Amino acid sequence: MLKMTHLSKVYRTEVVETYALRDFNIDVKEGEFVAVTGPSGSGKTTFLTIAGLLETFTGGEYHLDGVEVSHLNDNARSKIRNEKIGFIFQAFNLIPDLNVFDNVEVPLRYRGMKAAERKKRIMESLERVGLASRAKHYPAELSGGQQQRVAIARALAGSPRLLLADEPTGNLDTQMARSVMELLEEIHREGATIVMVTHDPELAARAQRNVHVIDGQVVDLAEDPRFHAHVAQVADATHGR
Amino acid sequence: MFGYYLDLALRSLRRNKMLTALMVVAIALGIGASMTTLTVLHVLSGDPLPGKSATLFYPQLDPRDSDGYVPGKMPMEQVTWIDGMNLLKSKRGDRQALMSGGDVPIQPDQSGMDPFFADARFTSADFFPMFNAPFLYGRPWSEAEDNSKARVVVIGRELNAKLYGDKDSTGQVLRMQDTAFRIVGVLDDWRPNPHFYDLNMGNYSDSEQVFVPLSTSRDLRFEHNGSMNCWGKGGSDDDHLETSTCVWLQFWVQLNSPAKAAAYEEYLTHYSQEQKALGRFQRPPNVRLPSLMQWMDINKVVPGDVRLQAFLAFGFLLVCLVNTVGLMLAKFMRRSAELGVRRALGASRRALFAQLLVESGVIGLSGGLGGLLLALLGLWLVRHQPSDYAQLAHLDASMLLITFLLAVGATLLAGLLPAWRACQITPALQLKSN
Repeated sequence: MLKMTHLSKVYRTEVVETYALRDFNIDVKEGEFVAVTGPSGSGKTTFLTIAGLLETFTGGEYHLDGVEVSHLNDNARSKIRNEKIGFIFQAFNLIPDLNVFDNVEVPLRYRGMKAAERKKRIMESLERVGLASRAKHYPAELSGGQQQRVAIARALAGSPRLLLADEPTGNLDTQMARSVMELLEEIHREGATIVMVTHDPELAARAQRNVHVIDGQVVDLAEDPRFHAHVAQVADATHGR
Repeated sequence: MFGYYLDLALRSLRRNKMLTALMVVAIALGIGASMTTLTVLHVLSGDPLPGKSATLFYPQLDPRDSDGYVPGKMPMEQVTWIDGMNLLKSKRGDRQALMSGGDVPIQPDQSGMDPFFADARFTSADFFPMFNAPFLYGRPWSEAEDNSKARVVVIGRELNAKLYGDKDSTGQVLRMQDTAFRIVGVLDDWRPNPHFYDLNMGNYSDSEQVFVPLSTSRDLRFEHNGSMNCWGKGGSDDDHLETSTCVWLQFWVQLNSPAKAAAYEEYLTHYSQEQKALGRFQRPPNVRLPSLMQWMDINKVVPGDVRLQAFLAFGFLLVCLVNTVGLMLAKFMRRSAELGVRRALGASRRALFAQLLVESGVIGLSGGLGGLLLALLGLWLVRHQPSDYAQLAHLDASMLLITFLLAVGATLLAGLLPAWRACQITPALQLKSN
């Protein structure tokens, strides 16, 4: 479903080159639920934005659903993003001027879908996240958990093959986070491929597979000293040392 | 998608009413000022005879003596009686008319109506078909009536309404300067702007209400109006105008092809040489044959201040547009988070660009509407100015269309840069920063 081989992302200025991703390799199979973990600044989100075709990469290969995407133009990338990928963001990213119904409608509009079909899909998605009754509400009238559910409904409305979630519970309290996580698990059980970026080990543990990123590279935990250093750092922070 | 973009544009404009109002007011002020001045310029510089003006020419000769001769200087603006009649009788054009302005005392037969003066034009038969003068009733007089100094008259619709209540008055007798004239025709409403065929009477003056054969006017010694330039020993005594060395008549010729125009100009040169050989002309041939529109330009019919005002108004529009660019840039960039989300959900750069341009178009249309109201107000103010063209300052259909095209076009242009900049936003950055 998603395969990156020797992928790199370099930010260049006149004086310095910064590698956000370096020789990055990952292979996510269809129907998998993969959690991408790692410390802040390790490149998790850069990986996710490249995976979602929101950013280009500097080198390597990226195959999405069998298509090599590096040479696609903006229109083609937008089309793939619209049809194959659903995004769930930490900050929900709902459009404040649009009500719940209209927010969920956005990706369907860019697909050129007819009004009746759009309405059917929107209501199905909202029912699935338990917010059909809030269709006319505006984001500001909803709790954080409800907003994230709307964002999930928006991601699901277009029936994407790949769901990319960036810290989906990062802005939620424990109870809401649990409910959103259960919803993602349910979606996964129904066959969706999910790649979730998180630095919460508890959430990561609920995924089928964990991929750890450190310094822009996927690492093997058992062998990489950087991981052990990271674990020690987390432990120090946890115990207030 | 246009309907969707329109809906989004309206929502966006409603969201920040103050910013929207500022942009609309800026566009409205610029459009209002430009359209007011442009309308005045359009009215004043318009073609008085569309479709015909290219075939109408104003022959110029230089019959003066050698005193003060400067080679290449402009010939006389009018013609003498002798030259006018020579050119008229030669019939070298497809049509030709010799004319002068005048005043005639009208003595109505109608009881209770006092005598009054009316503006008149003394001319020859071709005047009417040559200038597309529209007849409500009757016909022009004939060349034979010109030659026989017939007591015939064509009157304007306004005079006809005053004397005969808008009924067909052809065949009626109209007394002017104690002479009975037979009305042969009544012109429909006709006011060519500018009053091109005789600019001595005011560039934008009303059309005359009385038209009499030039030969008849001379026979009856009707008083002519307009400018007169004399030289040498020529006097301007009214009894000797036919022989005087004074120019006081306008001569127009219709030439239906460029070849005919070239041939006519050559004819004017030959005529001047011939007159010089006869001793009438003393200067080397100096002829001109400007077309109607060239004649308007030569005489600077459009007042210079009107052009200047138009330039200034368009400069003001430019300033308003620059302000609008700034406001739009601020507005669009403030929405970068929303635009980033839309990109993530599948909107291409092109789609966002179209969405933002539709929003610019809506601002332009609103500004155009405001500008139209301001232009109408501006033209109302112009109509209250004491100038001869003031009453002509009205917005016609073409200017109405131009108002909206200019408003929308200018605003779309102003929206290009902000829309382009907003579309260049990297969605990933926006989504992260959210």
